[in-house]
Amino acid sequence: MDMEFSPEDLAFQQEVRDFIAENYPAELRGKQDEGDELTKEDFLSWHRILYKKGWVAPAWPVEYGGTGWTPTQRFIFSEETARADCIRLMPFGLAMVGPVIYTFGTPEQKARFLPRILSGDDWWCQGYSEPGAGSDLASLRTTAVRDGDDYIVNGQKTWTTMAQHADWGFFLVRTDKDAKQQEGISFLLIDMKSPGITVRPIITLGGEHEVNEVFLEDVRVPVSQRVYEENKGWTCAKFLLAHERTGIAGVASSKRGVERVKQIARTELDGDKPLLANPFFKRKLAELEIDLTALEFTELRGLAGPNAGKGPGPESSLLKIKGSEIQQRLTELTLEAVGHYGAPYFRGFGEGDNAHPIGPDYAHRAAPTYFNMRKTTIYGGSNEIQRNIIAKMVLGL
Amino acid sequence: MDFTYTETQDMIRDTLARFLGDTYGFETRQKFIASEAGRDPGIWRAIAQDLGMLGASFAEEQGGLGGGALENAIIMEELGKVIAIEPYLSTVVIAGGALKAVGGAQADAMIPEIIAGNAIVAFAYAEPQGRYDLANLRTSAKKDGAGWVLNGHKGVVYAGPWATQLLVTARTGGNQRDREGVSLFLIDANLPGIVRRDYPTVDGNRASEIYFENAAIPADALLGGEGTGLPLIEQIVDEATVALCAEATGVMQKLHEGTLEYTQQRKQFGVPIAKFQVLQHRMVDMFMEVEQARSMTIMATLKLGLPEKERMTAVSAAKSKVARGAKFVGQNAIQTHGGIGITQELAIGHYFKRATLIEGQFGSADYHMDRYERLALAD
Repeated sequence: MDMEFSPEDLAFQQEVRDFIAENYPAELRGKQDEGDELTKEDFLSWHRILYKKGWVAPAWPVEYGGTGWTPTQRFIFSEETARADCIRLMPFGLAMVGPVIYTFGTPEQKARFLPRILSGDDWWCQGYSEPGAGSDLASLRTTAVRDGDDYIVNGQKTWTTMAQHADWGFFLVRTDKDAKQQEGISFLLIDMKSPGITVRPIITLGGEHEVNEVFLEDVRVPVSQRVYEENKGWTCAKFLLAHERTGIAGVASSKRGVERVKQIARTELDGDKPLLANPFFKRKLAELEIDLTALEFTELRGLAGPNAGKGPGPESSLLKIKGSEIQQRLTELTLEAVGHYGAPYFRGFGEGDNAHPIGPDYAHRAAPTYFNMRKTTIYGGSNEIQRNIIAKMVLGL
Repeated sequence: MDFTYTETQDMIRDTLARFLGDTYGFETRQKFIASEAGRDPGIWRAIAQDLGMLGASFAEEQGGLGGGALENAIIMEELGKVIAIEPYLSTVVIAGGALKAVGGAQADAMIPEIIAGNAIVAFAYAEPQGRYDLANLRTSAKKDGAGWVLNGHKGVVYAGPWATQLLVTARTGGNQRDREGVSLFLIDANLPGIVRRDYPTVDGNRASEIYFENAAIPADALLGGEGTGLPLIEQIVDEATVALCAEATGVMQKLHEGTLEYTQQRKQFGVPIAKFQVLQHRMVDMFMEVEQARSMTIMATLKLGLPEKERMTAVSAAKSKVARGAKFVGQNAIQTHGGIGITQELAIGHYFKRATLIEGQFGSADYHMDRYERLALAD
């Protein structure tokens, strides 16, 4: 047992650092620093650069375009990208539907979809939740009825992240109304330009347009776009949920977040001292940092411990619970740290208005981010659902 | 980067677990505690001589197995799982650690005695006024010819009644709380001028108040430099703190497992109480604390060899996290058991007692949060 990087690992670390320094888009960096909302092209710019380098899907098997990195190298890569504050790649293709397709898909589906996920040519969204099906996902009511070589899909999905940009969506639909809840569900890949699809924005607490409602009205979907067997879509969904949870610990980016909060707390004054000298604030920050260390080493034990390589198990629910709590506490501390200047609402000024520099730069996004990040303990299976999973799958209750 | 154990480490864990499984059942432990000596010396002898386990963390040239802090953590965790009352922490981790650090003739003479199970060392460092400050010492060692004369009062010295040797911190110079002027001595426990008052502790161990009344000690009792002992003392206390975290992990795991088991047997409202979601989620929260305690123990164990500041930061992060986790898991284990949890009859309450005392040993959660903040969050 050791925490040392081998000479090869250190060389790899340097290679990643150099690559980011030389290739990360300056325009994107500028927008991040200003706290501007990122466009589809912004997201795709970094994606395409990593794709060209062959680094866009480290977790994928080599035969489908993965990097073949060791767990340590993958750890180093995620540390370095977070350290350099690179944007997170959209997970819907790379981390979610991609692994489902290479695990359960037909050769034709793999050939058709995987290369375009890697290249970024297709932007994916996830059609899971419905107005009446949240934590109880299996109660979903969107139907797909067979008509020759097509399904006719009708229903409504919600919380569909970035659907406004999406070329494709992966949807859970009911193909057997009479089966027990989880057994009548199928996993469909749907072209978002299909007639009958309407995407309507939902504006969240921070003022962002991240999520949408998706209405499906007599949408025709070829049967060849069903992944795995009919009525066996839940198998794909469960597999995908485990994948979704692994990255969700977010250790590397939370580490960067802690550094950012420290910086703010060194700058903000509390009396004649920096806020960081306030014992109450300092204690909260120390607890957060220590909890993050505990999360980091819990993740590392899974990554490079006796069960390494066996894929994410139900233990990953622990990473989701603790990781999301930490992300929220970070935004809470940031908002607390900026004091009065958490209040001004910048969207009120209209786009491109730089004439009103109100408060410090680091304060602009504090409140919207705090509001927005309440999502982390709700999405990807709420933290209560994650506790149910641990109780059942790990503790055997 | 590698978080797996070696075959030897797995073997150490398995061998000790099997031995303790055979010899250290809860009823047997309670008999040890109730006996006049408060322990069964045969157990220590067997761990030393039959299992060869006391050498696990010593170098091969000293007769050990060539291990270190990881081996100590493995052993402490297994001892924690049976809430053992064996003096491994003070003898092997603390005194052994000090001897390894100073080396030389003292180490050559003493380490084989520890490995053989002949020597039991108690660590006499705490004083009534000192709380967790290792430098806050009234005990004094004054030069007298070639040797020293020791005076003072050491409090709550675990394993004091069983000790063949005492590892004593004392002031050879400076004022009561100065960093300078602190020295470390390893002395025979039965020298003239050493007075002991022995007693049981609430977690089933035995301890002593120890009074030095002009106790004459030889020149070669000094470990390390005269008056410059504090960094060494801080180092061995850090090592002990991490070993204690490992023990806590074992104790917490058993508290959690015991609770899982009990809730599946105990029926109320016609069903096992484990069916209730409020209890399931509580047991998940306990599980997460156990896992995080394990992670923090490993983290700090691996960082013990780093430079002082990183080492102390890591140890304080671990101890504060583990102490809070131990409190959470312990209190919820008792609550979930209900009335039977607050009796002496079930093992669960005895694990709770040990978990509770571990919280404060070598610094409470608050003490370690303070130290962490000073090191990691300087404004």
